[in-house]
Amino acid sequence: MIKVNMINYKVAYKIFVISLAIIIAITIGAVIIIAVGGNVFETYWIIISMPFRNFRSFCEVLTRMIPLTIIALGICVSSRCGINNIGAEGQMYMGIISACAMAFFLQGVPRVFAIPVCILTGALFGGVYGFIPGFLKAKLDVSELLSTVMLNYAASQFYKFCIRIPLRDPNDTTGTPMSARLPENTLLSKFVRGTSLHSGIILAVILVVFIYILLFKTTWGYKMRASGASARAAKYGGINVSKYLIIAMVISGACAGMAGSVELMGVQARAMENITSGYGFSGIVVALFATLHPLAVIPAAFFFGILLYSQVNLQILSSVPPNLVETIQGVIILIIVSLQMVISSPYSLERFRKRFFKNQIKEIKEVK
Amino acid sequence: MSEFIKELRVEHITKRFPGILASDDISLSVGEHEILALVGENGAGKTTLMNIIMGLYQQDEGHIYINDKEVHFKTPNDAFSAGIGMVHQQYMLVPNMTVLENVALGLKDCWKKTVDLNMVEERIKLISEKYGLVVDPKAYIWQLSVGEQQRVELVKTLCQGVRFLILDEPTSALTPQETDELILLLRKMSNELSIIFISHKLNEVKAISHKVCILRHGKVVFEGNTSDYSSKEIAALMTGHEIEITENTDDSTTGDTALEISDLCVKSDRGFLALDNFSLAVKFGEIMGISGVSGNGQKELAEAINGLRKVESGSIIFKNKNITGKSPFDIINLGMGYIPEERNIEGIVPSMSIKDNIILKDSEKNMFSNKHILKNKSIEEYTEKMVKQFDIRTPSIQTAAGSLSGGNIQKVILAREINRNPDFLVCVYPIRGLDMGAAEFVHKQLLDLKYKGKGILLISEELEEIMNICDRIAVIFKGKIQKVLSRKEATTSRLGVLMAGVSEDD
Repeated sequence: MIKVNMINYKVAYKIFVISLAIIIAITIGAVIIIAVGGNVFETYWIIISMPFRNFRSFCEVLTRMIPLTIIALGICVSSRCGINNIGAEGQMYMGIISACAMAFFLQGVPRVFAIPVCILTGALFGGVYGFIPGFLKAKLDVSELLSTVMLNYAASQFYKFCIRIPLRDPNDTTGTPMSARLPENTLLSKFVRGTSLHSGIILAVILVVFIYILLFKTTWGYKMRASGASARAAKYGGINVSKYLIIAMVISGACAGMAGSVELMGVQARAMENITSGYGFSGIVVALFATLHPLAVIPAAFFFGILLYSQVNLQILSSVPPNLVETIQGVIILIIVSLQMVISSPYSLERFRKRFFKNQIKEIKEVK
Repeated sequence: MSEFIKELRVEHITKRFPGILASDDISLSVGEHEILALVGENGAGKTTLMNIIMGLYQQDEGHIYINDKEVHFKTPNDAFSAGIGMVHQQYMLVPNMTVLENVALGLKDCWKKTVDLNMVEERIKLISEKYGLVVDPKAYIWQLSVGEQQRVELVKTLCQGVRFLILDEPTSALTPQETDELILLLRKMSNELSIIFISHKLNEVKAISHKVCILRHGKVVFEGNTSDYSSKEIAALMTGHEIEITENTDDSTTGDTALEISDLCVKSDRGFLALDNFSLAVKFGEIMGISGVSGNGQKELAEAINGLRKVESGSIIFKNKNITGKSPFDIINLGMGYIPEERNIEGIVPSMSIKDNIILKDSEKNMFSNKHILKNKSIEEYTEKMVKQFDIRTPSIQTAAGSLSGGNIQKVILAREINRNPDFLVCVYPIRGLDMGAAEFVHKQLLDLKYKGKGILLISEELEEIMNICDRIAVIFKGKIQKVLSRKEATTSRLGVLMAGVSEDD
């Protein structure tokens, strides 16, 4: 009885705080829209209504959710283990370029073999790229913020080099730096015919369940969470904190690499510039927005999927610059970071309980 | 500045937390120049009541009066401006700032365009002279001992013009000598101030307080003049039953050597040798006490044995296996148990639930997991059993361990360490900050382990504890063993002399 009530009001508190975040973000967004001379209601109407106008637009949102979800899941693992992976963008680049190279290598091989191999290659290279900062942090105490950001630059330049020279499309006449179209046998099929939604969504759903089980139902996840919550207590408990730190970074990198290869094989079909669309950074925001819980990543990714899709619509339908969406994203990051302080504060939780859950507490007393 | 506080009175204070009634209709009053001792077991609601008076929490029902006028404190600042100050159990000092700077942090009226440090220094001097509180304003906090840090906290609070002082378990981290000094100091201070003194050490309560108020399960169960009652009567009222002091009566040991440390050298965090050619052997079925003033290598010894600190030279042999330089994991699996000094940050993962903390060392055991998949149900059942067996007071097993009171945190650690059934247990200050009932419980558990033939290394500063339950007592000084005495040979004065570094051979 008591247990149930306690969990209830804590969940209610979290939902309350997150809703508050959205309201504040919308208000600040409105101010910005007015400042650039747009129509607030029209702009928000485009953002909110367009995805639900027809099934095809809805699938556009789902398509954007796929890389966001997969990357955010990786971030959940690394952040829960106490390491901040800002390098998802770079790990995604490595995943894309390695999957692309593997795809050309596997020309003519049956699909059932070619597709998993390409995705796993992306995961492998992303994982290796995540291993580097993890290893540096665990063994030499190098700040992961520094190493992952620097490795992002390195990966982005390496990627640009690859699509200009070794992987450049030999038949291209336009001079755009990009690879050739991937062979048919390595392209993901459409999940729903006539829409952009590809079968990568199956992988995303499987990964959500997988990461949830890993983090909360296995001893490995337990040890990672313990290391992240208190490295000192974990060491005292005989947990090899360095080892789990590295594993968490490898998983995180592998997720980003997989997200990259799926995006390449499901949407773009060729490696080109700006292919990541900033998913590596948006994924971090999605994970934070989901309070690092794998199941909550789905609604969080859906929300950000709507935002990203609205960039396309705003360009077509309104005078507001589509970069506005990025500004709103920035505002949301700031609000989330400040709200995390509020969520973890026992005092405001206490005030919330007093205000809305007074009756429940009285009940407890009577039961006692 | 605030007016004099002639009387602070609280009436019918009730405070509920989810699942727990922390304060239940509490009324008490403290007059001018009076010292009220507030005693009670861990989790009796002492700290909650003080936090309400300080404005950190709001009461659900009841009123607070100062000089018969009702007051409402919304934040600690309100309480400060009314002249009420509190020194918390955990000191709120910035380690890499000087005493002067720390005091200035709390003094808003010295913050102009620049911080007026001269004014602060003068005020410190004034307070020091008035109360006989000696502090060096230029010293850095990290250079000071725990007792000195506490004096800084007192000076910091008094500099804010406090007329009414609340001290939350001020002696829990002090050495016996420092405790005596503090008691003298508080007696002197009561000429100027009113004091609420939270403690569960009854000899201190007897020594300084005028009135005593006993809380149990959030209720006032007794209030009266301290001098009218004996320590024993107060103890019985506090726990609700007669206290028997646990004593070791069995001197037999099974004889085999459990742990043998030879010529161990270990460096401290600051890089000097904390253990310097340290040698000691402990047998199975024996409780070996390590007695010494804190900071003489005790912490480093415990950490080195458990693989948490690098060994420079020497060896540690446990059950005939060399464990020097082995990982904590290997050492735990050989059957070593460890109750660390810093239970709040090392002994538990504070943000994780009690249930998750109980399995900290054993998540891979068959009982809790199968092929790396956690068996949630059996973990919960086991934890429920532990909560009952060790009387851990908590709303539920999902509660974050860090939100429990100190005594209950210690019980969680004990429950884990003892039920793991170790062959050897290293305990560091196991009853520090615990009330008599909980301390009695810990000692019973330790003696039980001894009777089962396990070896125990008990590091403590409490001479009484050491002399009551240890078989042999080793006195440590500057990283070396001064002398090993049997329980019969040990007396308070003999140990005290050895702890101060005087060699008996001289």
